[in-house]
Amino acid sequence: MAKPIKSETDLNWKDLEVGCVVSDAGSASQYKTGDWRSMRPVVDKSKCIRCGVCYIFCPDMAIGKTAEDYFEADLYYCKGCGICAQECFTGCISMVPEEE
Amino acid sequence: MGKRVGVEVSIAAADAVGMANVDVVAAYPITPQTHIVEHLSELVANGELDAEFIPVESEHSAMSVCCGSSAIGARTFTCTSSQGLALMNEIVFIAASLRLPIVMILANRSLSGPLSIWNDHTDVMSVRDCGWIQVFTETGQDVFDHVMWAFRVAEDPQVSLPVIVNMDGFILTHVIEPIEFWEPDMVRKYLPDFKPVNVLDPDKPTTVGGFGMPGIYTEAKMAQNEALIQSKSHILKAWQELGEVTGRHYQPVETYRTEGAETVFLTMGSTGDTVAMAVDELRSQGRPAGLIKLRLWRPFPFDELRRAAKDVKRIIVIDRAVSYGGPGGPVASEIRSAFYGEKKMPAVTNFICGLAGRDVTPDDYIAIYAKSEEMVTGRVRQEDYVFYGVRE
Repeated sequence: MAKPIKSETDLNWKDLEVGCVVSDAGSASQYKTGDWRSMRPVVDKSKCIRCGVCYIFCPDMAIGKTAEDYFEADLYYCKGCGICAQECFTGCISMVPEEE
Repeated sequence: MGKRVGVEVSIAAADAVGMANVDVVAAYPITPQTHIVEHLSELVANGELDAEFIPVESEHSAMSVCCGSSAIGARTFTCTSSQGLALMNEIVFIAASLRLPIVMILANRSLSGPLSIWNDHTDVMSVRDCGWIQVFTETGQDVFDHVMWAFRVAEDPQVSLPVIVNMDGFILTHVIEPIEFWEPDMVRKYLPDFKPVNVLDPDKPTTVGGFGMPGIYTEAKMAQNEALIQSKSHILKAWQELGEVTGRHYQPVETYRTEGAETVFLTMGSTGDTVAMAVDELRSQGRPAGLIKLRLWRPFPFDELRRAAKDVKRIIVIDRAVSYGGPGGPVASEIRSAFYGEKKMPAVTNFICGLAGRDVTPDDYIAIYAKSEEMVTGRVRQEDYVFYGVRE
């Protein structure tokens, strides 16, 4: 899961490093892309065969394995593109509109 | 004191870059900058300069190479003109935002079309807002000194910004002038080793050139703008110390016979020399003429300009570029802004002349003086500018 981060909107211009260099390697992992989402993937576990095709096709590597070996999107990163739902063999993933 | 020799200014400029112990030169030849690049290439090929000379396939690549080499901590130089600057435009802006202390000589030339290889300031005005420190030179000696100065200012850890040294194409690049070369110990004393603020290092990975979302872009631009404004004190210090080393004292705004002057010309670059001759002639006729030369273009020297023109009633701005459909010349526009809302606002008349190498002689400047005098009898509005010498 993503670490809690200081939001970019908490930074003022004096906090930025010279040339906007980012010294912490791997900081892109802290970047929240989940708030781009308008549709969220919801898995019907009764139809899921745990094949992992959704995990393979997710362009953001946002899908991981749960303790019960199901596959689930990390909503901190998931942009709601719907590729997982499109590729799923059994049709167990449906894209549900996010509410306000 | 260094040795004074007669030499083509381009060759002297390249020698100065060599004496500054540059590490990487990436450039693409273009008239009228060619001799600078050729001579640097020669120095490296002859083993006289221990540097990487990277011949690139375009100016876009030249500036890209410069960004890479500066980011790893190499002292980096390039030079270009006109269409070359236009082609590298994208990366010019990136170099400043990444705060990479690259030094570039811009051999000023007009932009196509019509296609022209000759001198004016159209090229540099196209990157007016690129975020680089920008300085103008008037003589070959200015150019030599300002190569050293540019590296010193750019690489100052409190500055860390790229610098453009403007030199007029042909008028400076292709003439032979007596130039005092610095002694190696003067260079050592003046120009410390380059210690970059940021450096690309596999053992300490960083992100350079990341993207900025709407939540941070404004802060990034504020930081960049402040860096350029704050560079001023370091620019002044570098000129002061250059004066101590060479005995030549440069200022952001320089004046010639402004004591008691009611009307001053305002120029940038090599034009200053010619206008000074016109001022001498006008003074000998008892006319209260003077000359203000803007050496520093970015960061813009507002205070120094206002001080230099505090007793002046009229400013004749000589522009060597056009802001099409806008306020006439880009320099006049900034001069008006500098005085707008001040208690004493001099009348600013604007003359666009010397485009693409057209000769403008001292007699022409005397005629411009008379025309300006005539203009200020009425109300001078922003859009009242003159294409001097145009055939109608």
